[in-house]
Amino acid sequence: MSDSIRAICMPKWGLSMKEGTVAAWLMDVGDEISSGDEVMDVETEKISSAVEVSESGILRRLVAEEGQILSVGALLGVLANADVSDADIDAFVTEFQANYVPPADDEEDEGAATETVEVGGRAIRYLLRGEGGVPVILVHGFGGDLNNWLFNHEALAAKRAVYALDLPGHGVSAKDVGGGSVADLAVIVHDFMAALSIETAHMVGHSLGGAISLKLALDHPDNVASLTLIGSAGLGSEIDGDYLAGFVSAERRKDLKPHVEKLFSDPALVTRQLINDLLAFKRIDGVQASLEAINAAFAPGGNQALVLRDKIGDLTVPVMAIWGAGDQIVPASHAEGLPDNVRVEMMAGQGHMVQMEAASEVNRLIDELIG
Amino acid sequence: MARNITYQQAIGEALAQEMERDETVIVMGEDVAGGAGAPGEDDAWGGVLGVTKGLYGKFGDRVMDTPITESAFIGAAVGAATAGLRPVAELMFIDFMGVCFDQIFNQAAKFRYMFGGKAETPVVIRTMYGAGFRAAAQHSQCLYPIFTHIPGLKVVTPSTPYDAKGLLIQAIRDNDPVIFCEHKALYTIEGDVPEEAYTIPFGEANVTREGDDISIVTLGRMVHVAEEAATALAKDGINCEIVDLRTTSPMDTDTIIESVENTGRLVVLDEANPRCSIATDVSAMVCQEAFGALKAPIRMVTAPHVPVPFADNLEDSYIPDAAQVQQAVLTVMGKNG
Repeated sequence: MSDSIRAICMPKWGLSMKEGTVAAWLMDVGDEISSGDEVMDVETEKISSAVEVSESGILRRLVAEEGQILSVGALLGVLANADVSDADIDAFVTEFQANYVPPADDEEDEGAATETVEVGGRAIRYLLRGEGGVPVILVHGFGGDLNNWLFNHEALAAKRAVYALDLPGHGVSAKDVGGGSVADLAVIVHDFMAALSIETAHMVGHSLGGAISLKLALDHPDNVASLTLIGSAGLGSEIDGDYLAGFVSAERRKDLKPHVEKLFSDPALVTRQLINDLLAFKRIDGVQASLEAINAAFAPGGNQALVLRDKIGDLTVPVMAIWGAGDQIVPASHAEGLPDNVRVEMMAGQGHMVQMEAASEVNRLIDELIG
Repeated sequence: MARNITYQQAIGEALAQEMERDETVIVMGEDVAGGAGAPGEDDAWGGVLGVTKGLYGKFGDRVMDTPITESAFIGAAVGAATAGLRPVAELMFIDFMGVCFDQIFNQAAKFRYMFGGKAETPVVIRTMYGAGFRAAAQHSQCLYPIFTHIPGLKVVTPSTPYDAKGLLIQAIRDNDPVIFCEHKALYTIEGDVPEEAYTIPFGEANVTREGDDISIVTLGRMVHVAEEAATALAKDGINCEIVDLRTTSPMDTDTIIESVENTGRLVVLDEANPRCSIATDVSAMVCQEAFGALKAPIRMVTAPHVPVPFADNLEDSYIPDAAQVQQAVLTVMGKNG
């Protein structure tokens, strides 16, 4: 019987998260929950978000109380079918709590530390989670870093090795971006695969990272097992050039915030900490020049320089385009009229950072495509 | 990649990286190279608190020990700045500034104005301030309000290792004279600091804690006292917003006003003596610019108007503490009877 009882646990969003504060339950006991539903708001030092469940069932027990601070992995609530008795749920909760051990303080060093690999004279930082299978490589967009995947990385790594990297000029990778074009960056990502002896990978790219992944797949079809493009560049010339220019030029919080808000369907997700983290990144020596170089090569004059729309039909591996219908950076219309080999998933009410704001659904779609 | 280092290490790293990047950057001051008769020995001190330890070995004569004559070496630093170098002079205790006011107030601060914008004086004066070290009345003052008063000077009071490094690099690259004030009690605190060089612009306050009930505007060591008070008050359901000024000149009035307009209440916390201080300056500015937003009178929490005492118990009660901040917050909130 206990197989049909599922725990909802405190998620781990990003490397530094050790605990979260239960802000509010969004569902009540007795509510029918489907995979992807948001059940609770959780706040951390870095980010506030909703806990999405990846399973279905009836919410039978609210274990965590609002205002409580709980460690990663702690029991928040219990899902089960209607025919499970309350006594069985009590027993499940008792057993879970008896066996639960909060992560040790040094776990970050042992389990989830980033590594660095030398790629063509550049230090490239990456984070590897999971093991086995055909690996996934997550490629972030312009101005982002591997933390853009904090709601996806762990979930996708349940079944296979998943790499997320910092592109040159981003995160803590080397500042030298070479020519800075999509083609240049695709060569670097391909060299990254070679440096780590990754023969074949499922490529998942967001925005600029989508264009890079698409270019890599077209140039090296044998090294790519599938391609997932999220709010991707490379499928049309239009892009919000004001966003790109504004992101590059903003030096202060109040200048940067309105640009970053365009990324999300819910601007409240743009916390002070998020802006501070972006400013801290932009203020590191060399970053400004890297961003300017990429912007100049990627979208000169506010239009994408490389459009690969006509070639995407040549790909023989599974290809999927996921788009937030309300994407304000790369228009969702770029997902229209693609060749039949491209599976298109248009997500209503979502924006450019759809992999963060609708993480469970995006993770499910990627799992489905990869198989 | 960020790692955990001290405030002292962050300052030393900023100096080393800027000296590496720009050969016009020089360091001068009492014992900064290693001390009398032993310049640059491996076991040399590197300033009274060891901040510049190791620089002489890397940069040789660009790290200069000076005589114990502040008026002379601060004057030399100001002159070198007008002649194309970027000197970082360490003036051990801010209390000693008195003997070189002319070099700072009348010379460094005025050159840009009096030479029609044609002269630049990119000098940084690093100095220690603050009470709590049993160092008595002549080695414990918070004199940053005096420098804040003088147009032509920029005044920086970092509260964390991250801010110390970014603000010092900005200070060195800045083309105006900067008084860089380091609190003695902060040298050993640790925090995440990127390995790479980076800058934090002047005039940008940092909201270190968000809250809707009351704003606490503060700076330097007092940011940590405010955090302690806010943590205690949060248990009673009072949510404080803490604004760390980072620089008192220029001062980020926008962030202060934005915060007060949101909370409607203000406590200003400043370790300096109360008259003509950052506390009075911020209070007056808010009264003039955002009076309509205030739901209650402003409270200032400062040291008393006396010299810093030497007796342990008196010095301890001299320094503003979290209990005083909590009382001030409760008073402004109308919860103190």
